[in-house]
Order: sequence, then C-alpha cells, then structure tokens
Amino acid sequence: MSDPNTKLDAQDALSERIGSDPHVLLRVISKFLIPLIALFAFYVQFHGDYGPGGGFQAGVILAASVILYALIFGLTEAKKAFPPRLIRYGMTLGVILYGGTGVLNLILGDEFLNYSNLGKDSIAGQHYGILAVELGVLITVTTVMIAIFYAFGSRQPETSDEDW
Amino acid sequence: MSFLELVPDWLLTHGPAFLMALPLIMAAVTAILPNKRVAWASTFIVTAILTVTAFSIALYNAEVGTTIYKMGGWAPPHGISLVVDALNAPVLVLIALMSFITVIYAMPATVAEIKPNKRAPFYAAFLLCTAGLLGMVITGDAFNVFVFLEVSSISTYVLVAMGAARDRRALSAAYNYLILGSIGATFFVIGIGFLFMETGTLNMADMARILADLDGGSRVAKVAFGFIVIGLGLKLAMFPLHTWLPGAYAYSPTPVTAFLASTATKAALYLLLRFTFFVFDPSYAYVADVLMFILVGMGVVGMIFASLQAIFQTDVRRMLAFSSVAQVGYMLLGIGIATTASVAAGYLHLLNHAIIKGGLFLALGAMWYRFGITRMEDFRGLGKTMPLTMGAFTVSGLSLIGVPFTAGFVSKINLAGAAADAGWWWAVAVIMITSILALIYIGRVLLLAYFQSPPTVNGTVVARNEAPIAMLLPMWTLALASIFVGLKSDAMVGAATRAAELLLGAG
Repeated sequence: MSDPNTKLDAQDALSERIGSDPHVLLRVISKFLIPLIALFAFYVQFHGDYGPGGGFQAGVILAASVILYALIFGLTEAKKAFPPRLIRYGMTLGVILYGGTGVLNLILGDEFLNYSNLGKDSIAGQHYGILAVELGVLITVTTVMIAIFYAFGSRQPETSDEDW
Repeated sequence: MSFLELVPDWLLTHGPAFLMALPLIMAAVTAILPNKRVAWASTFIVTAILTVTAFSIALYNAEVGTTIYKMGGWAPPHGISLVVDALNAPVLVLIALMSFITVIYAMPATVAEIKPNKRAPFYAAFLLCTAGLLGMVITGDAFNVFVFLEVSSISTYVLVAMGAARDRRALSAAYNYLILGSIGATFFVIGIGFLFMETGTLNMADMARILADLDGGSRVAKVAFGFIVIGLGLKLAMFPLHTWLPGAYAYSPTPVTAFLASTATKAALYLLLRFTFFVFDPSYAYVADVLMFILVGMGVVGMIFASLQAIFQTDVRRMLAFSSVAQVGYMLLGIGIATTASVAAGYLHLLNHAIIKGGLFLALGAMWYRFGITRMEDFRGLGKTMPLTMGAFTVSGLSLIGVPFTAGFVSKINLAGAAADAGWWWAVAVIMITSILALIYIGRVLLLAYFQSPPTVNGTVVARNEAPIAMLLPMWTLALASIFVGLKSDAMVGAATRAAELLLGAG
C-alpha cells in the first residue's frame, strides 16, 4: 500500500519537472510526429509517379508539418524555423522548375512539356520529366500553404518591407 | 511575307506554347526581382517578345490557316491543344500589343501610383494577367479556358486592389469584382461541367462535333449553354451584370484601367463568340433564342441605359466605364443579329473599341498624373494646359462617338449596314441614338477642355504642364491607330470578316 503522501510528492516532482507548461505532452508528441509527417510527405511525393499521390498532396502534407509546429510552438518559433522570406523564393523556384522543364523540352525540339526526350527512351524521359515537374509543384504548394497560414496567423503583415 | 522570313521556324511552330508559358514563368521571376526598375525592364522585354510572337503567329495563320499545337505531345481530344485560327489570332495580337503599350505607359505611372515595395509584385501580377488572357484565348480545351480565366481574373483583382495607394475605394471595388467575377467563373465552370456530361469531352472542336451529331443535345446542353452565357456575361459586363465594372475601372491604377478596358472584357467576348458559334451553333433553336432575345435585348438596353448613365457621371473615369458597358452592347447586338456581316461588325468593334478605350484611359491617366484630375469640372482649360494629352483624348473621343475617318465610324457603319441588311431598321435607329448620346458625354468634356480658360491657383493661371514622353507615346500610338483604321480599314475589316466566316461560313 503506498502512502498517499509519497504519491503527492511524486506529482509535485512531475509538475516541477515540466514547469508551468501545461502543453508538454503536445510538444513532445508533435516533436516526434513532425519529422514523420515530413517523411510521409516525401513518400506521397515519390509515390505519385505511378500511383495516387503527387506534388500537390505532398506539398500540403509538408506544409502541414510546418503548420503543426507553428500551432504548438507559436508563430514566432515557426518563422525562425521557416523564415517568411523563403516563401517568395520557394513559390518562384517551383514555378521555374515546372516551366523550365517545359522550356527544356522546347529546346530539345519537342512540344512544350513533352518529356519524351529527357531520358534514353520515352518512358524514362516521361519519368524524369514528371519527377522534375512534381518537385516544382511540391515546392510551390508547400510555400504557398505556409504563406497562407502565416498571412492568416499574423494579422499585421510580418514580412518586413525588405523581405518583399 | 518578308516579315515571316525573319522569324525563326521554331517560333512559328512553338509560338502558341511560348505565348502563354513565357509570361507565366517570367511573372514568377519578376516577383522576386529586387529592384522595381529591373522588374519594369523584364516586363517590357517580355511583352515586346510577346507582341512579336503574336504578330508573327497571326501572319503565319493568315498564310497556312488553322494550326493546332499539341501540348506535351498528347494529341487532341485527349490532350490539351492550343488552336490558332482566324478568330483568335487578331485577339492574341490585340492582347499582346496592349500589354506592351501599357507597360511603356506604366513606367512613369507606377512611380506615382504604386508604393516602391509593391512595384515588382505589380508587374508580376500584370504579366500573370497577360498570361491568363492569352491562354484563355489560345487554348482549344474548354476546361483550360476556365483555368486561364481564373489566372487572369485573380491577378486582375490584385491589380485593381493596388489602386488603394491612390484611392481607398479601390479595395471595395476589387472586393466587389472578386465576388461577382468568382460567381461568373463558377457559372462558367458549371456550364463546362454540364457540357462534359453531355458530350464526354473537353476539347472544344470535339464538343462541337458531338453536339452537332446530337442535334444540339438534350436539356443538359441547354442548361450548359445558359450557365456559360451568364458566366461569360458577368465577365464581359453584359448590361445587368456590369455592376462590378465602373468601380473596377475607376479606382484601379491607371495603367491597369487602360489594360483591362482594352483586353479583359474583349477576351470574354471572344469566348462568347467561340461558344455560341463554334461549340454550339445558332442553328439550334435554344441558341437562336438566346441570341435573339438575351444578347440583342440586353445589348440594346445596355447601349441606351449605360450611355444615359455615362451622361450623368461627374467622375470622368466612371463616365468612360459606363461608356464601355454601352460599347459592349454594340458588340452583343452584332453577335445577336447572327449574320456573317453583323458578327464581323461586332468583332471589328471589339478590336476598334479596345484601341479607342485604351487611348482614352491612357490620356485620362496622364491627366491624373500631372494634375490629379478625375472629375468633370477639373477639365476646364485642359486644352491649353495639356494640349498634346488632350489632343489624344479628343481623337480617341471622336472615334468613340463615330466621327468619319476614325475607327469607331468604320465599325459603327459596318454594324448599321449589317443590321439594315438583316432588316433590323430599329437597331440602326438605336445605333444612331446611342452615338448621339456618346456625342453628349464626350462633348461635355471637350467643351470644358477647349472653351473654358484654365483655373487660377493663388491668383496665377495654371501653366502648361505636358505629360512625360513615356505617356504621350502610347496614347498617341493608339490615337493614330484609330485614325489609321478609319482611313485604311481593309486589313481590320478583312480580319473581322475572316473570323466571322470561320464561325458562320461564307455568305
């Protein structure tokens, strides 16, 4: 039979250890989950070549990991982890990857976005092409999702004038 | 065809894809360019290339006829095709050329109207809008039309809202446009959905073939047609659906107003032509009814009411905006009569009105740039203080009224002639009456500008203060173009006739 006093002591010790933070469980679990969410995003991304999935879904999942981080640790911390100035470059990089693949096809003498000549045969070419395009989609969708979340999350525009 | 020999072959074969991909990619690049002057330069170069490309594609089209570009090498009807034919080639040239002219004008205008940190995004949105407009005109895939319609619309909302630095009412105007524009796009995509249900394809040529096999199709096709007409009617400011337009034109930055007035509603009108005559056919009873009662009815009511509203405006930008609604009425009338001559006249008015309204809005923007003028009474003595700008305004204004030897005269006389040939004498009368109404509202401005002395500020008469050359050049290009079309209209009339013949067959 345990003494009720020792039980109380144990609770005190626990609350001392976690401090005044009531969200420690959330923090610990989400710290554990966030890398897994990001990993799952990449699974969806690369699964998208031949099965259901692809850049759009993967981008949303990847952005969800950042958004979860922001929900648990606060917007300021999230902005340290994923600086808002990256957003603009990310959006552009994605579009350039997508469009640039199309332009590369033009240079190789095919129609716009006809990937057949990218590899040694047309199947390999289509595969490489869709990889590049989906990567572009992933980057743009991720950054746009985070941009939307940041915009809603911070009522004042937090991107300073220099960043824009 | 000496010009075509200078153009490399790959530009002619891959031009259609180039035309929409280049501004789309460059919009993204422009958004991150640090310096606003670099952003302007890149936009300038892109629009210059677009103009050359569109022009050479149009010439090439006149030589070889309809060309189909298979996106990604996927053949239609399964893949997305880009189609250049006699109907859309002139509209492509118009959009590319107007974007180029607007960008020249925008260099001084944005300095005055857009905050420095918003200038690169402004040019990015401008390029996106151009890409969307070119895309929705060039594509041969009905769903792709919707995608590009949204690309151009969403960037337009942004562009209109950027007028907030000048006038806070731009925000409510942009919001109003956002709501109505989204409803329009939704109606359009619902229509496309029903059409897909009926035909099982999204390729427009394929849709046309299947609908013809089905003799116009079942009730689903009728519903689809209704949704598409209403959706496009919102986008092109058909009379009772035009309420977003005056605010959007009046409060957006001046280069945006000029660009929108001369391209956005025109691209939507092109789509209306494409759907009524190409995908559907006026030989189906329900299409003929819509043409006869909705398009003609709303067109004529719009011509009269919007012209009357224009007369009673105190803000010149709103006056010109209501005049745009009235001019859309002329085009709808031409489309609604549905003979080859009348459709050609409506199409011609589409092109001419873009030149005229572009010139008017550019001149008006320059007046705001120098004196902050938007109200009617501020025009007093402007003939003396800004003679060159006012001159361009006058030429374009006369062209809007339809004075002989101007572009407006050519299209109005063609329209009246086509209406008379079809036996629609009352329509001729309406055209004459609304031209007189146009004379009243433009005449009011001209009277104030030329027959009143400039106002005095602190005891001294306002001195002459002409607009900068980067503004004068674009507006006079358009003003002279409208005179040139008035004097030598063969090329434009020929292009319009070829477009109408493509839709309705010769004769």
